[in-house]
Amino acid sequence: MDLDVLIRLISFSDANTRVVVIGAGLLGLCSGVVGTLGVLRRRALVGDAVAHAALPGVCIAFLILGERNLPGLLLGAFIVGTLAAWLIALIRRHTRIKEDAAIALVIGCFFGVGIVLSQIIQGLTSGSRAGLDDFIFGKAATMVRSDALTIAGVTVTCLIIVAILHKELRTLCFDRDFGQSLGWRMGILDALVMTLVALTTVAGLPAVGVVMIVGLLVIPPAAARFWTDRFSTTLIIAGIIGMLAAVVGTIASGVLPVPKTSLSKGWPTGPTIILVAGVIFFLSLCFAPRAGVIAAFIRQRRNRSALSESQSARVCSTGNTSGKGVA
Amino acid sequence: MGTFAQHIATQPLVLAWVWPLGAGEVWTLACLIVCAIACALPGVFLVLRRMSMLGDAISHAVLPGLVIAFLISSSRSPLVMLVGAALAGMASAGVSAALTKARRVREDAALGVSFSLFFATGVVLISLYASSVDLDPGCVLYGLAELIPLDTEPYTILGHVIEVPRSFPWLLGAALVNVGMITLFYKELRITTFDAGLASALGFTPWAIQAGLLAATAATSVVSFEVLGSILVIAMLVAPGATAHMLTDRLGRMLWYAALFATTAATLGYIVALFLETNIAGMVAATAGVQFGLAVIFAPRYGIASKFVRRVSLSVRIAREDILSALYRTSERATPDPTRLTLASESGLLPPINDSPDVVNGSRLVCALARRSLRSRGLASITAQGELSLTTKGHAMARDLVRSHRLWELYLSRSLGLPADHVHAPSHRVEHFITPAIEALLLSELPANLRVRDPHGAPIPSKD
Repeated sequence: MDLDVLIRLISFSDANTRVVVIGAGLLGLCSGVVGTLGVLRRRALVGDAVAHAALPGVCIAFLILGERNLPGLLLGAFIVGTLAAWLIALIRRHTRIKEDAAIALVIGCFFGVGIVLSQIIQGLTSGSRAGLDDFIFGKAATMVRSDALTIAGVTVTCLIIVAILHKELRTLCFDRDFGQSLGWRMGILDALVMTLVALTTVAGLPAVGVVMIVGLLVIPPAAARFWTDRFSTTLIIAGIIGMLAAVVGTIASGVLPVPKTSLSKGWPTGPTIILVAGVIFFLSLCFAPRAGVIAAFIRQRRNRSALSESQSARVCSTGNTSGKGVA
Repeated sequence: MGTFAQHIATQPLVLAWVWPLGAGEVWTLACLIVCAIACALPGVFLVLRRMSMLGDAISHAVLPGLVIAFLISSSRSPLVMLVGAALAGMASAGVSAALTKARRVREDAALGVSFSLFFATGVVLISLYASSVDLDPGCVLYGLAELIPLDTEPYTILGHVIEVPRSFPWLLGAALVNVGMITLFYKELRITTFDAGLASALGFTPWAIQAGLLAATAATSVVSFEVLGSILVIAMLVAPGATAHMLTDRLGRMLWYAALFATTAATLGYIVALFLETNIAGMVAATAGVQFGLAVIFAPRYGIASKFVRRVSLSVRIAREDILSALYRTSERATPDPTRLTLASESGLLPPINDSPDVVNGSRLVCALARRSLRSRGLASITAQGELSLTTKGHAMARDLVRSHRLWELYLSRSLGLPADHVHAPSHRVEHFITPAIEALLLSELPANLRVRDPHGAPIPSKD
């Protein structure tokens, strides 16, 4: 752990670092905001399914394109990921299988297909997997300018849509039936939320990877829920927490100490981002002013002592403990 | 195509098609099947209890447990790994349950938080201690089924020394333990799964059964994870159970079906993977998904296709019966010889009839099918003018329908006191579902002297 490394990272003097940190930060912001919609719609884990289903999408796109063209691969991931979300909805609606099993099925089976395809690609390209493995675990540290620009585009799109449809989305999240009764097309709005989740998931794949993107989508909103009850404030806080986790995680992965025996040069960026988000989550869980565990504990104690005080006051004034006839 | 044939011909596997397969292939297949069954059995309960995603979370969360157990014991002692990983899996389930209890985080989000954190911890630990931990993050996800035949231990069975894959005894143990637990606690599992409230009222302890099920899931996914990999474990936990659920309502049968589908997925997946030279575990999971897809479409009772066929055949029956009774009514009104009446041309739809404007409710397709089935069942024939005409058999059936209709009208008007202009529409819907038993009940309700005319004054045809 070198101080000058830390200084170099924080001061953004290095162009590469600047790109990585800005890209990761935007991704965190976007997934915090979009993830909030997913979590409030109780679709938190659909993002996980979309992410896993993106793997076969990437592979199919590679087989069609024949080269590692990032926008093309991401388009494939987006199409197959959306297909997976749609499939989950279909299974839930038209069969006796419940949503949880539908999600688990899609995760397992699509990922299986993805692994099969990626191995076939490995055979075709004589040994190299054409960097497809990067999509599984993510490689935020190798983010380049065009990756960051893709993320920025997705982030701006998502934020604009959320800002414009803010009122409708709030109704969707808290009282879908009311929205329906107003004649709003809630089905389309629901599909829009899933599309935004899919878009964010796919944009985050190269950086955080298939398995852990769900953490970025779920942990910031879950943490934000401890700080506020208001929809718009939740969106903002979740966005900030996501961004904070991504930026701190990216920097931390460069400066945290590694054991001497380790072969790797630093902490893997994607998982570090998730762990930082986890730390923020547990801080929120404990220390949030009203909903936090400690606040709740103190409130409980105070209530109990207030109760026992009034009880003893009552005993003193009337001499009976049953409390009858006091009022 | 030629290159594909060449490709197959040069495969050593083609030789293995002729029994016996090589020992390596047989052992791999045995491991896959046993592993799939071991996962599928607790998976049935996960599916029924809507806990599938908990299975997913556990199979991800065993990763840090494996690594930590490995680092502490600095050995690959399977028992240490098993205990460490199972503890981690249980811990993740506990964390998500605690978060759900804190009320601010819903169950799905709590699962997402807990398993992504556990998994991230595992990946960080693996890459930090990569030199001392013998685990590759990729293989953690998609298994090492390919290496099963290479990693064997000699066992002496009945005096013979056999090279058994190292993971096989563990997989077999997991499968046997799961079978034993399910047999032993079958009643408890069944009652807590289908009626948790009744179970606690009867003095069972649902939470203990739940914890046992989670422990079994965790232990099974740890043992299976070397073969299938953590994400594909979830496919084998859920897919066979869900497929079985499409086919049956009975728990016992569901368990057998799940074991069967696990076996077929493992076998077919393995064979296809050998042919395509691709990842075995991935192919097994994909096969399990295809099986589920087929069950969703073709399951006899709950499948989409059979539901569709049932719905269409019901509409066709109703349309057919509506045509029959419309023909009967026209015949009643127009001619003294009821069998010789014609109504509609073969090509067009039925024209509306005076008193019932909606002779046939249904699409063009349903009408066409109804017409065809009238002819194929010998209920109506086509006249020289291309019009439908009742046969004797058709006439008898139409008479029974109209009789049911008018009896119901009479019943509604007499027993429910509905005015005469309100009784046609409900009777028009009900007439298709009046069985002889219901008709007998109707007759017993209506005095014989009244059973002559319906509320509109039309005669109620007698039975023969």
